[in-house]
Amino acid sequence: MQMDLRTVSIKPLRNTFDHVARRLGADKPASRYQEGTFDMQAAANFHYRPTWDPEHEIFDATRTAIKMADWYAFKDPRQFYYGTYTLARAKQQDTAEANFNFVETRGLAAMLNDEVKATSLKLLVPLRHVAWGGNLNNASMCAYGYGTAFTQPCIYHAMDHLGIAQYLTRVGLLLGSEEELDAAKDAWMTGDAWQGLRRYVEDSFVLKDPIELFVAQNVALDGLLYPLVYETIVDDVLSSEGGTAIALLTQFMTEWFGETRRWVDATLKTAAGESAENKALLEKWTTHWRDRAASALMPVAQIAVGGRADTVVAEQVEQFNTRLAKAGMTV
Amino acid sequence: MDMNVPKKKLSLKEKYSHMTRGLDWEPSYQSKDDVYPYAKYEGIKIHDWDKWEDPFRLTMDAYWKYQAEKERKLYAIIDAYAQNNGHLSVTDARYINTVKLFLTGVSPLEYMAHRGFAHVGRQLPGAGPRVACLMQSIDEIRHAQTQVHSLSNYNKYYNGLHDFRHMHDRVWYLSVPKSFFDDAITAGPFEFMVAIGFSFEYVLTNLLFVPFVSGAAYNGDMSAMTFGFSAQSDEARHMTLGLEVIKFMLEQDPDNLPIVQRWIDKWAWRGTRVLTLVAMMMDYMLPKRIMSWKEAWEVYFEENGGALFKDLARYGITMPKCIEDITKEKEHLSHQAWATFYNYGAAAAFHTWTPDEDEMNWLSEKYPDSFDKYYRPRLEYWRDEAAKGNRFYNKTLPMLCQVCQIPMLFTEPDDPTKICYRETQYKDDKYHFCSDHCKAIFEHEPEKYIQSWLPVHQIYQGNCFPEGTDPTAEGFDPLAAVLAYYHMNFGRDNLDFEGSEDQKNFDAWRGVATSND
Repeated sequence: MQMDLRTVSIKPLRNTFDHVARRLGADKPASRYQEGTFDMQAAANFHYRPTWDPEHEIFDATRTAIKMADWYAFKDPRQFYYGTYTLARAKQQDTAEANFNFVETRGLAAMLNDEVKATSLKLLVPLRHVAWGGNLNNASMCAYGYGTAFTQPCIYHAMDHLGIAQYLTRVGLLLGSEEELDAAKDAWMTGDAWQGLRRYVEDSFVLKDPIELFVAQNVALDGLLYPLVYETIVDDVLSSEGGTAIALLTQFMTEWFGETRRWVDATLKTAAGESAENKALLEKWTTHWRDRAASALMPVAQIAVGGRADTVVAEQVEQFNTRLAKAGMTV
Repeated sequence: MDMNVPKKKLSLKEKYSHMTRGLDWEPSYQSKDDVYPYAKYEGIKIHDWDKWEDPFRLTMDAYWKYQAEKERKLYAIIDAYAQNNGHLSVTDARYINTVKLFLTGVSPLEYMAHRGFAHVGRQLPGAGPRVACLMQSIDEIRHAQTQVHSLSNYNKYYNGLHDFRHMHDRVWYLSVPKSFFDDAITAGPFEFMVAIGFSFEYVLTNLLFVPFVSGAAYNGDMSAMTFGFSAQSDEARHMTLGLEVIKFMLEQDPDNLPIVQRWIDKWAWRGTRVLTLVAMMMDYMLPKRIMSWKEAWEVYFEENGGALFKDLARYGITMPKCIEDITKEKEHLSHQAWATFYNYGAAAAFHTWTPDEDEMNWLSEKYPDSFDKYYRPRLEYWRDEAAKGNRFYNKTLPMLCQVCQIPMLFTEPDDPTKICYRETQYKDDKYHFCSDHCKAIFEHEPEKYIQSWLPVHQIYQGNCFPEGTDPTAEGFDPLAAVLAYYHMNFGRDNLDFEGSEDQKNFDAWRGVATSND
């Protein structure tokens, strides 16, 4: 049964802010994503040049070589503003908390065979440093990128990376102890398997172009690392060897990658679709960083799959290329 | 079996340390100076980032959980307020002008804080403060968005809010808050932390945020009150971060003291100049007053801030020199500011008015040493003139201070009958200031402040007309052209409250909502 409750109705003078209406093409009701995103960044009459970067304005589209007629052409398909973002993550962290709790209270970590446990520790714990790098890089993209439509998801992504680094730390403490964190840090600093990846991450720290950084971090590195580690190695290889508990502890990462790649793909598609020049530049960057990421990940994959690393990484690259093709890029 | 060895229980502090600074490492494939290129040029010396004491310990999972809970509650109230036409329950429609001032002047600063903390959170070489800054960055986009979403409903029914982002970058009085934040974000990362993290969040939040949110509560504005209350626990974190940064710099090296002291002096002054708008809001714009500006200054600065400076005295920090003048100004600030806006009411995106008799009496009572003597007669004259149909609007443009960008409206600290002018010569030009303090700020960094985008200069240079305007054409109306550039609707957004569309609509709508006619 429909109930028709009455409220006093007053005709509004307008439906939304003018700057939003201009983007919608008419004064019509706007979503909270739109009102919280469109033109939120200052775009005119800056008072002073940054003393730390006098070549540029405070917000300056020329910090990147990518050119857009309108930086608000970017859309986050998840329509995340702060409220929807935190609600989504709060739900995911509920599940993660339940999973950690399940593994802990059932003593599932103790039931893992030594080999799976050792592999998991060796593979996953150093990755917390990689995620920390992702946090730093996405903060850069947010700070030096142009237009809230692009920069807003970057701060969410930065905090996500921090969250992931913290979940990986908990995995280390759950399966092992502080010593495992120290061992993983040593491996990260000096172990042969990790030096290619650490070099990659440190090289990304000095990139100045926020969109090239987006490609190096969010497209190439994460685009290969997450499916390789969390989908292929954890969900397939380790699970088949009795490591389902590990899959529970990393479920957040698997789901997070599935969700966030929609934003990453949409961003690439919009930027590449803008012009042939953008497309060529994005393809060049993607190819360069994909090849570096693939070779840096090879010894990491070996930790879990040994001699099959070549094949496993090659498969990831192939899937990556297919994914990029859908975003309109040939790499 | 090794499982029988009991695990060492980690303390919260140890655990948090693993979750933050434990993630960091010393780069070796790139030099640290290249990874953090802006860490040294301000001259601040940091020897050991590990000495940083985390002012709060919040891991991301807990952050998501708490913040989502707050968001859920906040948006439920915003929705209910909108659905029930909550805007009709405010004291009277004049109140809505404070909302206009807030959305056009302050919300864009929350957004700037978001980007500024992303930048500083990227650049500080210490992992502890970096995490804290990034958390503040994401909090600040929250504040910008919750304000826009709460006030969006007012925009549907009232004028002056409709193009707040566009106006913030252009309108003359909005260059005051805008230049404040542009100044902070273009400074180095350490100065930014003092400017925003310390002077703004710590010393001055109480004087901006508290009066605004209390004003909302006193005047029946449930939506602004709710976003204010909801931001409170975030603000508490921001204040402790600001204070921690300053203590950390002072503990790291004695050479940092004079640099930090100069920043505190500068930003205490820059901040209080922006608060001119708040002073005027408290004394003139809130139909139901909370307390006078003078009282607020005494409670929140002289008492609370005084305690803070006592705490910092052990590091050698002294009370900023400007405080003496600010204390003298507290008798005059709001009256001089409101008179200016009343004058320039044709070029402001909110309404102005003369206080009614009761309100003037309240001002006399709160300002026994200044109001009746200096300000009441002028307001009464304007009121009488307006009643005769001669509402006064000033059509010439005021001279602006090169630093704070406020029109030269302030009087000499010791003579409330004489406008305070200061000037200095730099290279081939003469620059003008409202005070000794703004002049000193300029003289320390002239290359920065000669860049100021001064709205009046820009208008005279012809940079504030819509594209394609021909100022030499017959009948060219400069004010109309400037208002068009501002996207300000003449007769709807500006002029006196008396007779405004806001006033008429509010009365009509409230009638519909509360009577059966």
